[in-house]
Amino acid sequence: MTLPPLDHLPNPIRPAFTEGSREGSVIVNIGPSHPATHGTVQIVAELSGERVVRTDVHCGYLHRGFEKECESHTWHNLIPYVDRLNYCSALINDFAYCEAVEKLMGIEITPRCRYLRTLLAEYSRIADHLTCVAAALMELGAMTAFLYLVTIRDYVYEHLADLTGARVTYSYGRIGGLARDLPDGWLARLDGILTQLDEFTGRVHALVDRNRIFIDRMRDVGVISAAEAVNWGYTGPILRSTGAPRDLRKDTPYLAYGALDFEVPVGIKGDNYDRYYVRMREIDESAHMIRQLVEMLPDGPLCVDDRRCTYPPKALVYSEIESLINHFKLVMEGPQVPPGEVYSAHEGANGELGFYIVSVGGGVPWKVHCRSPSFVHVGGLHRMLDGYQLADVVPTFGSVNMIGGECDR
Amino acid sequence: MGAEVFDPIREQLGGDALEAAVAHGILVLRIDRDRVLETVRTLKEGYGFDLFLDVTAVDWPEREPRFDVVWHFYSTRDFVRLCVKTRVPLADPVVDTLTGLYGSAHYMERECHDMYGIVFRGNDDLRPILLYEGFEGHPLRKDYPKQLEQPLVPYREPKP
Amino acid sequence: MTEAARPAPSGAFEYLTTKKDEFVGWARKFSLFPYPFVTACCAMEFMSVSATLYDTDRFGAALPRFTPRQSDLLMVVGTVTHKQAPVLRKVYEQMCEPKWVIAFGVCATSGGFYQNYAALPGIDKIIPVDLYIPGCPPRPEMVIDGIMQLQDRIARDRHPIVNDRF
Repeated sequence: MTLPPLDHLPNPIRPAFTEGSREGSVIVNIGPSHPATHGTVQIVAELSGERVVRTDVHCGYLHRGFEKECESHTWHNLIPYVDRLNYCSALINDFAYCEAVEKLMGIEITPRCRYLRTLLAEYSRIADHLTCVAAALMELGAMTAFLYLVTIRDYVYEHLADLTGARVTYSYGRIGGLARDLPDGWLARLDGILTQLDEFTGRVHALVDRNRIFIDRMRDVGVISAAEAVNWGYTGPILRSTGAPRDLRKDTPYLAYGALDFEVPVGIKGDNYDRYYVRMREIDESAHMIRQLVEMLPDGPLCVDDRRCTYPPKALVYSEIESLINHFKLVMEGPQVPPGEVYSAHEGANGELGFYIVSVGGGVPWKVHCRSPSFVHVGGLHRMLDGYQLADVVPTFGSVNMIGGECDR
Repeated sequence: MGAEVFDPIREQLGGDALEAAVAHGILVLRIDRDRVLETVRTLKEGYGFDLFLDVTAVDWPEREPRFDVVWHFYSTRDFVRLCVKTRVPLADPVVDTLTGLYGSAHYMERECHDMYGIVFRGNDDLRPILLYEGFEGHPLRKDYPKQLEQPLVPYREPKP
Repeated sequence: MTEAARPAPSGAFEYLTTKKDEFVGWARKFSLFPYPFVTACCAMEFMSVSATLYDTDRFGAALPRFTPRQSDLLMVVGTVTHKQAPVLRKVYEQMCEPKWVIAFGVCATSGGFYQNYAALPGIDKIIPVDLYIPGCPPRPEMVIDGIMQLQDRIARDRHPIVNDRF
């Protein structure tokens, strides 16, 4: 069907440069609707032949007004919005946000909840790294590796759907605990999936690690040094690939990470190959952590028994008036968080995922700000793109793991 | 945790600060907006706060000055966090830019400008980053209605 | 053209047109070239539905063409914001007829739960949509069901390929 013509389609951005800085250079626009830019980033590149002279990276095409939405929903009702920030590892967002609110309320979660949150955060991290590596390899042409990794990721999704009810965006964290406890047989299936995960990642390593074409395309491409990475705000696997062993799980342990034995994989050069390899090693380390956590998982109550945020048991809601009113108020007005503000950060799959929360008392937040790693990483992306070739833009961008929901919020 | 890092800072900078308190493990320094750049420079060069995490603003429409501008820093050497705050009025929402000290400030200051209208003196690239050219207003201010849309492409009548 | 001016339809011609429509419809429905206009979380389900467990290749709809000039199915996967709207409109206009549009996910259908200044409340505000797949994100089975329904519609449709009547 043809549409009535428009006089002109407005340009939503203003590029930093419209003319080349040297003779014979060409300005090329990559994105925002582009398979390799994950659909929401526009890179205006000045090319001299095949070499990229300078780039101007524009994000914001997926800005969905997360902060403004949060200001009109109760503290519990905005958990689905928080999920959709880094949608590849949605549970980590849930738990980081819930912990920030729990700090403001002064709530200490139960041991079972702490260990289970750690387990699920690592499980989500595996799913995120699988997605990133699968997409990065597919964009290089390694379709088989993509299919292997997405298959095992699908098993992880189905398994999490058994627990939470959803495959991608779970809304499983609750202030003071989690939505529900583990079903029977969940841990047994987890063991099966981790065994299959080893097998599938082993296949991908065999296909790609010492592959001449892969090494030629990824080694010494998109290099960033550790000092420059810290200056441009990089955290997470990208900072670790430059050689700096910074990981919030080790440096400032939170949840149950202090009790776990794990390594922090570190790269040597800060190029694309190192970022790929650091992520694959982190998948192994996360699987190792999950196996330890399954052994260590304590019994006991899941949600803290605090009526300010946890719903009373249904039997009491239907029989006691106090529980009924409590439940009603929690649903209609939301948990009442005392006035104050806090910044609380977790180690997300991409780096430091922080929530800065301001409360004026009441059930609705005054401000919820997400410090997203992807946004900061895109800010420094031009340092990794300038000077390399046009074809290197694709693997470099893929190795940065820009998640649109997190970048643009 | 962090007291050994925070105490010297409070001694050196606490006198000029309007408020210096530790809350939830983070030292919060509230200072005058003209002292922000030199304070941050001292923190970066003297105390090792080399990772600039975030700059954002909080809108208090009933209060004068209206906006709180909030910066968060992290030290990769000592593993502690620090928060610097200042207050700016609506009529003159200007603070100094940190792009000279940290590269990550470029994008984050653009976002803060987009959402709240805070102007960063010295940063001449405050183009919209999350919003688009032609968007009028600053959506995260409390007086911007949440559902006020400014479409770029005119709507059509959806026909079945 | 008035009734009097149009030549009386002959049974043979109608039979030929119907059979031609069936044949062309069969060919078009099993060789859909999607343009995945991917933006947000639904991309995860799009990747899953294109991969081995829930395969769209069995339906002939797996091979994406990343240029609108070569594709005929625009799958808008994820939230479209006002900033992205001109881009979507331009991509739609660059596609040739016949073309179909799938609104994949509830954000593309109606804006989802992002009812604010930034998100477009449904892509049918700017382009015509043939199939809406709700879900946040929709399960891969829903996507496959949606593709099959679209294929049924393509099969039933008229396909004038030479001129308006044939």
